[in-house]
Amino acid sequence: MTTENLLRVLSAIAAVVLGSGGIVVLFFVANWLVDRLPRNVRPRLLPLVYLAPAVLLLFIYLVVPSLRTFYLSFFDARSRNFVGLANYIFAFTDRGMLIAFRNNILWLVLVTGISVGLGLIIAVLVDRVKYEPLAKALIFLPMAISFVGASVIWRFIYAYNPPDVAQIGLLNAIVVSLGFEPVGWLVNRTVNNLALITIMIWLQTGFAMVLLSAAVKGIPKDVIEAARIDGANELQIFRRITVPMISSTIVVVATTIIVAVLKVFDIVFVMTGGLLDTDVIASRMIREMFNFRHFGRGSAIAVILLLAVVPVMLTNIKRFRQQEATR
Amino acid sequence: MDRLEKALSSAPVHIAVIGIAVLWTIPTAGLLISSFRYREALTQTGWWTVFQEPLNFAQFHLGNYVDVLTSQGMGQAFLNSLVISIPATIIPLFIATLAAYALAWMQFPGRQLLFVSMVALLVVPLQMTLIPVLRTYNLLGLAGTFLGVWLAHAAYGLPLGIYLIRNYIGSLPADLIEAAAVDGASHLKIFTRVVLPLSVPAIASFAVFQFLWVWNDLLVALVYLGGNQNVAPVTLVLRNLVGDRGQDWHLLTAGAFVSMFVPLLVFFALQRYFVRGLLAGSVKG
Repeated sequence: MTTENLLRVLSAIAAVVLGSGGIVVLFFVANWLVDRLPRNVRPRLLPLVYLAPAVLLLFIYLVVPSLRTFYLSFFDARSRNFVGLANYIFAFTDRGMLIAFRNNILWLVLVTGISVGLGLIIAVLVDRVKYEPLAKALIFLPMAISFVGASVIWRFIYAYNPPDVAQIGLLNAIVVSLGFEPVGWLVNRTVNNLALITIMIWLQTGFAMVLLSAAVKGIPKDVIEAARIDGANELQIFRRITVPMISSTIVVVATTIIVAVLKVFDIVFVMTGGLLDTDVIASRMIREMFNFRHFGRGSAIAVILLLAVVPVMLTNIKRFRQQEATR
Repeated sequence: MDRLEKALSSAPVHIAVIGIAVLWTIPTAGLLISSFRYREALTQTGWWTVFQEPLNFAQFHLGNYVDVLTSQGMGQAFLNSLVISIPATIIPLFIATLAAYALAWMQFPGRQLLFVSMVALLVVPLQMTLIPVLRTYNLLGLAGTFLGVWLAHAAYGLPLGIYLIRNYIGSLPADLIEAAAVDGASHLKIFTRVVLPLSVPAIASFAVFQFLWVWNDLLVALVYLGGNQNVAPVTLVLRNLVGDRGQDWHLLTAGAFVSMFVPLLVFFALQRYFVRGLLAGSVKG
């Protein structure tokens, strides 16, 4: 047993060394080869040595497959026959797909609105307490937890026991202690989407808070002081000074969260498997791929996802470059 | 008097901040406490009942962890996660730094255009690439191998890495680089002796960001490693535990913490770098 474990650890270390070292060795070999060439050719070939690995990887894994996915989205399940726009028509008319779109919009509105709003409020409040770093670390902590881990944490919060047994899920324990019947948070169609959305809000609020807090600290103190002397109360300062001054950060945070929400799949996949009307676009794509083996529809949904993400990303990158320029 | 007024006016602030911090911590704390409780106790009473006798340490044990690490394959998965995450961080780090150096300090036609097109790939969602890459992997026999996952993660992490590191290397003082070049140093020497040591902050933040990203990833592992249990990382094993043993809370709670242990460690030790990566990574797809 122990020798077996030792072997496992050793083979793991060997894999790490090989995987990490291989690329470094390749680079030095290429460099050495270029150095063997005549002097006049060298400067022209050297950039290639430095850039080739990146360009190759990006081409093989991102550029070509994306074009191929676009192409496959016009073919049937097995990618044999051309079907025109059938997959796209399916994507916008099928009942399950429409539910996925509806859910995704609900996710977008609630997660973005609440995470950014809460993050902003916390960022402003936390600025005034002495234990700021600790409070921030606690709220930010979920960022380090995987979506799968977070799903398990919340499954336990939502755990349901029949009314005659003690509740082990915190939420139902509270509900029962208030004299109500326990709720099946994940199976009840009126609340299950909200239960999943809560997880994402819990994960994203800390992120919003950290970025917005950095922006709030960047507001010149004398501006705030001047407003106070003029008799503005805290709420007015918040609305008239703080929010307008950090509006560009708010936009960056909001767009980032929007993109994250558009691509969310792990939470749905782990919690409900997309059943009981909880599918979102990205989780539906994975189901088309693996459960229904329909590569045409899976590709079409991926393209729709791209079309939804691109405009958001572009605003974000543009904003970000403006920020970089003014820094 | 003045002090009292101040304390009174700031009381709501303290209540709000402490309230939210506690609210945000309860879910994780509840799971952590539960992961040390005995199986029967877990399914019969809520975890908050441990506070009825807070000094009774007999109600806790490490059995769940032993159980999940040995019989549920979480131990092997933990090793797999390390085997996947370390090279999947180092490979893109090295390739991105090389490319960033060339894009910042080498003269060749189309430099700017190349940089912009590389960063533009940030907008491509992973989902756009899964089906074709998986098919190619199946043909080449790369599905279910570490190499396949390393390369995929490396490629997906590159746009952000190149963006982050190129911006940092580009802002280094030009005199430094030129002085070294005048002294007859080759690009290799300038890169390894001058640029690399100076770029540690940018490299570190990308490393932390990419490591956490890969360690916590489920999508790439699920698609390219599929059902191969021997190479499955912690996220995949945990997800299968939820599917197969959804009511075995003693396994799920301990399993969740095994999967979170490394990211939390990295997070607390390198939070500064993580935040910096996040600031720039807020455009990562």
